[in-house]
Amino acid sequence: MLSSVRSLWMVFLKMFKKRVTIKYPEEKPYLAPRWRGRIVLTRDPDNNERCVACNLCAAVCPTDCISLQATEDENGRRYPEIFRINFSRCIFCGLCEDACPTYAIQLIPDFEMSEYNRQSLVYEKEHLLIDGMGKYHGYSYYDQAGVAVGVKPKGGGENESEPVDVRTLIP
Amino acid sequence: MAKVFIDNIEYEVPNGKNMLEVALSLGLDLPYFCWHPAMHSVGACRQCAVTNYRDENDTRGRITMACMLDATDGTRISINDQKSKDFRAGNIESLMINHPHDCPVCDEGGECHLQDMTVMSGHNYRRYRFKKRTHINQDLGPFLNHEMNRCIQCYRCVRFYNDYAGGKDFGVFASAGRVYFGRSEPGTLENEFSGNLVEVCPTGVFTDKTLKKHFTRKWDLTSAPSVCHQCSVGCNILASERYGTMRRVMTRFNGDVNGYFLCDRGRFGYEYVNDEKRLTRAAQKDASSGSDPVSSVKAHIASRPKMIGIGSPRASLESNFMLKRLVGAENFYQGIPSNEADVINEVLRVLREGKVRTPSLKEMEDFDTVFVLGEDVTNTAPMMALGLRQTAKTLPKQKAYALRIQHWNDAAIREVVQDEKGPFFLATGYATKLEEVSTSVYHGDTNSLLKLSEAITNEIRSGSGDNQSGGFSHQVAQALLASEKPLIVSGTGMMSKSIVQAAANIAGALKDAGREVGIVYAVPEANSMGLAMLGAAGSLDDAISRVNNEKDLTAVVLETNLFYRTDNQTASDFLSHCHKTILIDSMENECTQEADFILPAGTFAESDGTMVNNEGRAQRYYQVFKPNNDMRSSWAWLDMMINQTEEARPYDDIIREMLEANPALEKIKTLAPAADFRIGTQKIPRQTHRFSGRTSMNAHVSVHEGKPPVDNDSPLTYTMEGYHGKPPSADIPFYWSPGWNSIQSINKYQIEVGGDLHGGNPGLRLIEPNENGITRFEVNSAGNNSGRYEVLPSWHIFGSGEMSAMSPAIEKRIPDVYIAVSDKALEKAGLQGADKISVRHQSATITLPVKVDNSLPDNVVLLPYGFKDTVGWRFPFKGELERGV
Ligand code: SF4
Ligand code: SF4
Ligand code: SF4
Ligand code: SF4
Ligand code: FES
Repeated sequence: MLSSVRSLWMVFLKMFKKRVTIKYPEEKPYLAPRWRGRIVLTRDPDNNERCVACNLCAAVCPTDCISLQATEDENGRRYPEIFRINFSRCIFCGLCEDACPTYAIQLIPDFEMSEYNRQSLVYEKEHLLIDGMGKYHGYSYYDQAGVAVGVKPKGGGENESEPVDVRTLIP
Repeated sequence: MAKVFIDNIEYEVPNGKNMLEVALSLGLDLPYFCWHPAMHSVGACRQCAVTNYRDENDTRGRITMACMLDATDGTRISINDQKSKDFRAGNIESLMINHPHDCPVCDEGGECHLQDMTVMSGHNYRRYRFKKRTHINQDLGPFLNHEMNRCIQCYRCVRFYNDYAGGKDFGVFASAGRVYFGRSEPGTLENEFSGNLVEVCPTGVFTDKTLKKHFTRKWDLTSAPSVCHQCSVGCNILASERYGTMRRVMTRFNGDVNGYFLCDRGRFGYEYVNDEKRLTRAAQKDASSGSDPVSSVKAHIASRPKMIGIGSPRASLESNFMLKRLVGAENFYQGIPSNEADVINEVLRVLREGKVRTPSLKEMEDFDTVFVLGEDVTNTAPMMALGLRQTAKTLPKQKAYALRIQHWNDAAIREVVQDEKGPFFLATGYATKLEEVSTSVYHGDTNSLLKLSEAITNEIRSGSGDNQSGGFSHQVAQALLASEKPLIVSGTGMMSKSIVQAAANIAGALKDAGREVGIVYAVPEANSMGLAMLGAAGSLDDAISRVNNEKDLTAVVLETNLFYRTDNQTASDFLSHCHKTILIDSMENECTQEADFILPAGTFAESDGTMVNNEGRAQRYYQVFKPNNDMRSSWAWLDMMINQTEEARPYDDIIREMLEANPALEKIKTLAPAADFRIGTQKIPRQTHRFSGRTSMNAHVSVHEGKPPVDNDSPLTYTMEGYHGKPPSADIPFYWSPGWNSIQSINKYQIEVGGDLHGGNPGLRLIEPNENGITRFEVNSAGNNSGRYEVLPSWHIFGSGEMSAMSPAIEKRIPDVYIAVSDKALEKAGLQGADKISVRHQSATITLPVKVDNSLPDNVVLLPYGFKDTVGWRFPFKGELERGV
């Protein structure tokens, strides 16, 4: 008897405490920038697609829900022709982001992806590609790489010397 | 056997090996770059460092290169001691100093030997802070992509391209940190084997340009063990697919056939599989019956029409057999003109009835003296030419061995050999590329080649001869007699039965003289031999005359473009004379317009089957993927027609039936595991265990994942589920081993590195020589003599193959069509300075631009074989030259 009254009292006291639940969806929760939600493909500082279609994200994905096909522009700059994520399979583990060598694929703090129709959870490149750099600013893979592909002259990358002259006789 | 110690464990190893080979054969992991199992050691990269101890009391040892250390009795090394580990880690770190940050966009990534070796050697983080050296790339033509920044200076490329394959337009330039591997000027790499650089180069300097267009990582490919369909050698290939299109072809190691290499026609000639002109749906001309095309075909067959079948040398044994079964043996014809059929049948007869053995491609390299009669091997059977280039070095190499230089010591051997070549003679209709390695050559028309061979045969038999044709025959006969292991090479290239017989006679004479002689014939197509072995009622010409006489025939045309096999008029007459035509083929062509019914056949990528190569070796190839349309193996269509069923019976039933009907093919039973073969309970997956995108690749069609296709025809699956260890040698769909992602993982599939596969090399020889066989064949005289010029076909690796010529990369390498004559011949015909000339033969004329070739005898004229303008012409023929307009 006493314990029941005590319990009721304690519950009553909770009414004066700060509320933990919020009135979602009218009110939005705070999500840390590192929160692993909806996946986006980002662009580099020159507003070009960052993804170089290396397939590492697809390979690492434990649910095999990423598929893409590489293609190249007229300079040989590689990018994905198609890029598809089946979000009905994705477990938001973030391994794809870890594997990506270009910061292209990023998980962002957005989880509002529910659909009535499962088919609508299949995102193509047009649904994934955003206009900005996402969480990681300033990085451009092609500045670091050795390939030129119309982005820079040969030897014009960071930490590269001029192309060698194979015909010189100087030792 | 020698007793060696590796990390204090004793091993018994074969003599004559180096310690790197020994360690790898024992399954130990030792990194390397410059050593290649087919090209051996030069000790250039310093990556295979081990510590070598004098004896068990030596505690310090010294660092040495395992690939340069002879595995003799008592050799004692450590692979895993700290000193050698540090050396290797340091070495790779210095190799990587200049390496670009390219892996994500490098086509080698994921199957890169450099990646594997870097991981294996334990170099993880870049410490070097200074600038990287860079290089300008070259455009090397339609086959190869060049990215020189990635080079680690192992020298494998030059050693393969120049030393092994005899290339002339490639080299190493500059010095010190600047060394550059490429051409002196950008331009197409001319050598027929350039594509092997993709596999030989341990990095991404040379990568496959056809793959680049639709790039896919190795781990994402669905691959199957297959056999190259582009020539008669039957090289083993790994064919790979993704998203329903063929992506690339790589070498499948077969120690008896192609070893580690492929020619460029085979490697890059696959693209026709993805062509827009592929037939994908069954179709019928007259849809008025209202039933679907397949039912209409079946209904027509059920009405028991009088049928003839046109078989094909590019279709599998099974397909040809099922066609024969459908139409009956007396109505089954080889889909090739009679002159071609006669020559091929003669080759088969010589091999079956003759006493001389035909060696495998691998065995050819062990002969010491070569005589080539009438065949342009480089263009008709390219990989055979690569083999013969090695044969030319047999005797010079023995000099090096006599100096006690080890067989694997490539640099030292080359120092001794220099430019020396073994006795190597060519007698051909025109100058061929193998002349680069020849001692002496002779050019003549068919008749003079026959006279020459007769002189050689007589001299071998009698021991003495005259000095006709400039002493050439004498020289050849004496060299052949002086040899222990002479090899006679010929083929169907001159389209002459007599040449085939003449070559057999030379070999026969040598056999009778007690020599260990071999004879090899190149034949025109991948399954020319198989088709000949099945036997037919006649050639295409016989079928044509039958159709002309009997008007109510239904022709079932199997994988044959009649307009490729004969002239346009004859082909269209044939089609119009037939009551009905049922065409089973893979590509839209002139025939498809006319046919009443079309059933889309799979190419090698979409079908299962067996091919018989020029040696008589039966080889099984597997379907790579299940296409999303009506395509299927031709035999499956034929089976559905015969049995009036909705689905074909499984492959094994067809094989059983074929072997019952053809006892000569009986060995095929054990060629490859049957479809119910399991390892434990598991099948063999065509996909790697890292295959990605399974739950997404078809999600745009439906998010509900369908059941993967099932393969009832083989022990392979179309998925990644199954046994991931080493499958039986005939069923290896890709090479992979933990830590070894590159093609170098072949090591792990071999009994001894560079040697045979575990379980034996796949493929079975169906023809063995007859010990009591014939050594003398009667030589038919060379036919028609009216006309002053003999018109011979000239063969082109790029252009003379029917299917490969439809591949875009190959198309770019096809030379312009021409008519080749010598200045003398032009003079004789009074046509000096003509831009175009015509050849007239009976009522037909062909006019083409002139190409002057002064190596040609003045009574010989060349037309390229199988080019758009020259199909339908039957070689050789005698004709007249006229000024063309
Ligand atoms: S978050 Fe995980 S499951 Fe989702 S796509 Fe990335 S790797 Fe795959
Ligand atoms: S890992 Fe990054 S760069 Fe590579 S394919 Fe995925 S998103 Fe593109
Ligand atoms: S060669 Fe190998 S290590 Fe170098 S960039 Fe290419 S994949 Fe990476
Ligand atoms: S290009 Fe390739 S094969 Fe040639 S030296 Fe460089 S890394 Fe070796
Ligand atoms: S493999 Fe031994 S030094 Fe290169």
